[in-house]
Amino acid sequence: MADPNRTVVVTDGSNDASAVSGAAAGVQSSPKGEKGAGTDPSKMDQQTLAAVLQFLKNNKLRDAEAALRREAKLPDGNGDSGGSSRVATSGEVSLVLSAYESEGDLARYCEYYNSLSSFIESSLDAHKHELGCLLYPVFIHMYLQLVYNRHEKEAHKFFNRFSVEQEDWHQEDLRTLSTVKTREQMEGNDLMDTFRSSKFVLRMSRDSYQSLRRYLKQNEHRELLSILQDHLFIDVFDGVPRNREQVQATSGAMMGEARRDANKVKVLYGLPKEPDINVPLDDDDEGVEGEDKPKKKKQKKDLLLNKNKKADPNAPPPSRIPLPELKDADKLEKVLSWKEGLKRVPLGRENLPSICFYTLANAYQNVSAVGVSEDSSLLAAGFEDSNVRVWSLSPQRLRTMRNASELDQLDKEADDIVERMMDEKTAADSWLLHGHTGPVYSTSFSPDREQLLTSSEDGTVRLWSLHTYSNLVVYKGHNYPVWDVQFSPTGYYFVSGGHDRVARLWGTDQFQPIRMFVGHYSDVTCIQYHPNSNYVATGSSDRTVRLWDVLNGNCVRVMTGHKAAVHTLAWSPDGRYLASAGVDKNVLLWDIAYGRLLAEMKGHTDPIYSLCFSREGSILASGGIDNTVKIWDVQKVFEEIAGSDDLTSLDRASLVEVGSLLLGSFQTKATPVLKLHFSHRNLLLGCGRYQHS
Amino acid sequence: MVSSAQNGGLNFDFRLLCVLLEFLAKTMQNMNDSHAPLPSQQSAETTSASGASASTSGERKFAQIPKESVKAHAESIGISEVSGDVSAMVAEDACYRLREVMQASCQFMRHAKRKRLTAEDFNRALRWSNVEPMYGHNSPDPMVFRPTKDAELYFYEDREINLTEFAMETILPRNPGETTVKAQWLVVEGRDKGAGSSPALSEELVQYYDQVTRAILGGNEQLIKTALADLRTNSRVSALLPYFVYLVGEVKSISHDLEALTRLLQTAQALIQNPHLYLGPYLKQLVASVMYCILEPLAASINPLNDHWALRDYAARLLAQICRSGCMSVEGLQKQLPLALQKVLVDPARPLCSHYGAVVGLTALGSKAVEEVLYPQLGTYWPFLQSWMEDRTISNAQAKADAHRVQGAILSAAELLLKTYQQSSSDPHAESSHESSPNQSPHHPDASDFTIGTFGHLLESSGTAGPNSGGHRRDKGPVPITQMYSDLYSFFGDSLAVRVGNGAPFVPAKEEESDQDVEPIIEAGSSAFPSVQVERVDLPPMLTFAGNGQPIDLSSMPSTSEATHTTGGRRTSKRRQSSKESPKSKRARRAPSMSDIFSLSRASQRKRDIVVNIRGGRQVGKKKTKPGALLGAELSRLCRRVPFVGKRKKVKTLPGKVLQPSMGMLL
Repeated sequence: MADPNRTVVVTDGSNDASAVSGAAAGVQSSPKGEKGAGTDPSKMDQQTLAAVLQFLKNNKLRDAEAALRREAKLPDGNGDSGGSSRVATSGEVSLVLSAYESEGDLARYCEYYNSLSSFIESSLDAHKHELGCLLYPVFIHMYLQLVYNRHEKEAHKFFNRFSVEQEDWHQEDLRTLSTVKTREQMEGNDLMDTFRSSKFVLRMSRDSYQSLRRYLKQNEHRELLSILQDHLFIDVFDGVPRNREQVQATSGAMMGEARRDANKVKVLYGLPKEPDINVPLDDDDEGVEGEDKPKKKKQKKDLLLNKNKKADPNAPPPSRIPLPELKDADKLEKVLSWKEGLKRVPLGRENLPSICFYTLANAYQNVSAVGVSEDSSLLAAGFEDSNVRVWSLSPQRLRTMRNASELDQLDKEADDIVERMMDEKTAADSWLLHGHTGPVYSTSFSPDREQLLTSSEDGTVRLWSLHTYSNLVVYKGHNYPVWDVQFSPTGYYFVSGGHDRVARLWGTDQFQPIRMFVGHYSDVTCIQYHPNSNYVATGSSDRTVRLWDVLNGNCVRVMTGHKAAVHTLAWSPDGRYLASAGVDKNVLLWDIAYGRLLAEMKGHTDPIYSLCFSREGSILASGGIDNTVKIWDVQKVFEEIAGSDDLTSLDRASLVEVGSLLLGSFQTKATPVLKLHFSHRNLLLGCGRYQHS
Repeated sequence: MVSSAQNGGLNFDFRLLCVLLEFLAKTMQNMNDSHAPLPSQQSAETTSASGASASTSGERKFAQIPKESVKAHAESIGISEVSGDVSAMVAEDACYRLREVMQASCQFMRHAKRKRLTAEDFNRALRWSNVEPMYGHNSPDPMVFRPTKDAELYFYEDREINLTEFAMETILPRNPGETTVKAQWLVVEGRDKGAGSSPALSEELVQYYDQVTRAILGGNEQLIKTALADLRTNSRVSALLPYFVYLVGEVKSISHDLEALTRLLQTAQALIQNPHLYLGPYLKQLVASVMYCILEPLAASINPLNDHWALRDYAARLLAQICRSGCMSVEGLQKQLPLALQKVLVDPARPLCSHYGAVVGLTALGSKAVEEVLYPQLGTYWPFLQSWMEDRTISNAQAKADAHRVQGAILSAAELLLKTYQQSSSDPHAESSHESSPNQSPHHPDASDFTIGTFGHLLESSGTAGPNSGGHRRDKGPVPITQMYSDLYSFFGDSLAVRVGNGAPFVPAKEEESDQDVEPIIEAGSSAFPSVQVERVDLPPMLTFAGNGQPIDLSSMPSTSEATHTTGGRRTSKRRQSSKESPKSKRARRAPSMSDIFSLSRASQRKRDIVVNIRGGRQVGKKKTKPGALLGAELSRLCRRVPFVGKRKKVKTLPGKVLQPSMGMLL
């Protein structure tokens, strides 16, 4: 495929993806402790200086470069300055690419790599695992340098010799890279572009870093040093070196780990106070269940109390993001869902949920997406033959609106005007929506169930009316397959993400995106709106999960740990925890407050495509194309961390040790689990297409 | 693709590329069946397909399309002069582009949430690379890709389709129907509803299952023993229970193989004996399999040399064991079983081996079942059986032999019945386990038992007048042992006397004995219930009294055709016994000889004008006076017209079908 990255022009969303900020951050954590973060004015100078140096270097003006270095009191480029501190590159891709140009003895790369690898092997056990992370990026860049400098044979030899030593989760990328065999092929290769334009992030303790420096001082491998300087970002922290498990838990992402400062911003993950709703619904209700009158009122009061209590210190101010006004229908909806919630079955390790499975039969065209409305009354399936079909899961059949002349005769002041607008004659079990020209990869109902969003391979997002069952708007912007789209919990806003690596925030009434979230190194494969509508979580095939602030488009969390593409996300109802899963068959649980990994849930045998928290958040359900639904005891994790909520563990991934969290595993006959959804009453709904053997 | 097209120098090769791509696409479609193939593997396949060898350097074998292939393809599309350099370049570029497209197509597969890469994914990747997709390969049917016989050449089969024929085809393709949603419960409150399959098994368990089944069905005695021993004791089998139950259910498909049938029954036995297993919902299914072995005219029984009788005996014994172990857990099973057996017994269309099975089954269920089901049926069944036994035609010789088998079985049943009576009247402490059928658990004394017990107590008080008062009169209508004996004697004659009177008191099968019995070959006779050495038990004195010449009012006795059963009467005598004698003394009791009863019953027989026929050492009675007997004879005459062995009416076994997990899911 052509490089979609080039279509990206807006980079407002990213605070760490661009090379410029990367260089700045590099200064911050320089081993010499320059505290660059505090010296803002000099930062710009340094960048310029570095750019000039780069230019001189590239044009082989060595004397001038040396002179400039002397004058700027910068350490010698070939010296022992060590690490990532003063490398700066301009954002220009061509310049970065040319950085691969090397006049050194390329034939000795095997030797260098061997030396580095044996150094790491012989270093203290405490440092071994942190230092071990160096090997992969060094390997990659050595290989690319060999290829760029037209040493195809050596490159091939080098690759064959060392690629097998890399960790399993890198093999997919290695496979991609291995196809790059000539300089010409380097252009236009997505992964190549990523590697040469971004820095691979490593985190290591100061001790490990010192030992690396000593090694570099002893062995003056210029090429190795320049790779470390140009393409790696070593984030040094003070503290005990991490052990093997800790290193492995957060490694795996395409471009290394998250920078320490990437997760420093405070996230307002709390839920805002529910608006007071004064809908005269109680009257109807009391009419129906007269005897329960006192009880009902009491519960209502309890609820109100609860709501008052919900003045969460972590909640964003209500006016932080302009949200659509609540309509009467929305208020009614809220009350109804709250009422349903009263009948909720508490779930836990003692009480496993019941699962009702909706199997799609006769779906020969293959189902590629399934969506369920929030109140579990509607089901939408997207097919590979570009169609979308909407079913009603409730006894209420699906009707369209009356035609214009009939509508004109209706009394518009009537209370049940919405009901009257519907044409009873058109009631059907399902409606087919035609419009897309490629497989439909995602569907999402609006909270009021009046609209449906679908995204497709044809590069568009479409908005459908569920009153007329027709297409209202086509949102063009991605230009490449759109893998996922989702409505915000309040409606009006929605996010989409796709092959162009950008997640876009839209308003339903605007044909241009309102925000663009740029920073992923690869496709944005899945999206989940935060329950408080202030944040958006995205999963990507660069094996990271990112959290974006809707207000300013900034990336506020980068979470690494997945070893393969992330395909599904789920927020806990309280908005603090995020679960993610995908092709690596593991479910990871994240604490958004600190961006740390809490737990890893292994058990699936094929990619996972759906996750859902129970309504009270004590249970997590996961389902995938291994035809199983698994139930996980996440409550156990929450209990565990409630006691030890200290900030010291933030720098290091420390998985909560709670043993296996698996509560149950339920298999379908031959139906992949494409969608899981907890109803208000905590009944788990699953959906998939029956697969003929 | 894009860049290769843009690259001016290579423009003319574009067609070549397309041909290659088409070729590869076809190859790929061929491999649709494999899971998402890795690009490298894919290309490796293609290379071998195009008759070239994959590069052998290093571990990573990234296939190359050799320039010879490029040349060959170029020629095939009419470009004859392609220089070596050009073809090498094209080959190199084609390889790279192919891998690139392949990777992109994998992405489409993942987002379509599939495990299988399709030609459509490939085409989609091509389209996004601005390359014309390959048409005509989107059929989901797998393409046949095969080698030629002589050379190392591969080709895909591309048959010509006659469109005229195709169009004139009268059979229209069926409309697959509209996509619909079907809701079902997968799990209810954490419990599997069986809508899906059973939970995923670990590799280890699957291996275990594999090995055990192979051992059981294999011929190695030692292995069989080990496997069965493990099944008896291993607690982890529970996860595999449905599969083993299903395996036992396979008896229906291997009814020709006695050996295998025996092995499967042994497996069932091992499962029953395993203390860690809760058979629960699977019990019904197990019982169904066992009943099948007892009752059905197995394919193996056509050959008279096959000892299917032993198998039926073993199955019956197993049935008894199942009932003892936990039959109570399945509602109604205990009532259903005798009924099912009865149904077979009264069905004259059934072959004799089925009847035999019914009889041994009833015997296995215990004296209660014999008394309630077999005993009342005997009047009608006996003439039917006899008609077979008396048949002297050569063509029916086999049936005759079978009939004798059935007779032997009935004799054993009668023996059990009588001995149980004898036992119960002498050993009150054995009542719960001996007198009642073995499947009546002593832990569940039912209410009726209790009331009868109290009633018996009243009787007892009235009976204390002494043994001479004839206190064993049963107002409620249970058959007294004397009458029962006389009835039975009328059928069996002295052969019964020999069995009952031989001084070897009957003791129902002890569980410990049969449990360890791996070899189920047991004769249809008394050895089916291995006797354990117990002191001889005595008949109550009142029988002696009766034998002393006091006439028994036979007319007051209920006829055998009436369903008669009460345990209370028997209990009465027991109670009396225990009240009279201390528990210590009861073991030392001496029973009066059974011969007393024999003489009594013979006398009564004569009174009833019954002709006793003695033939071939066996004594058989023909009751001409009994209306039931007449009916039976009539019936048997009618039934003679029905060919028994040849055509068998299929009768469904009784226990309801239980969900059977398919083996395919496991293996």
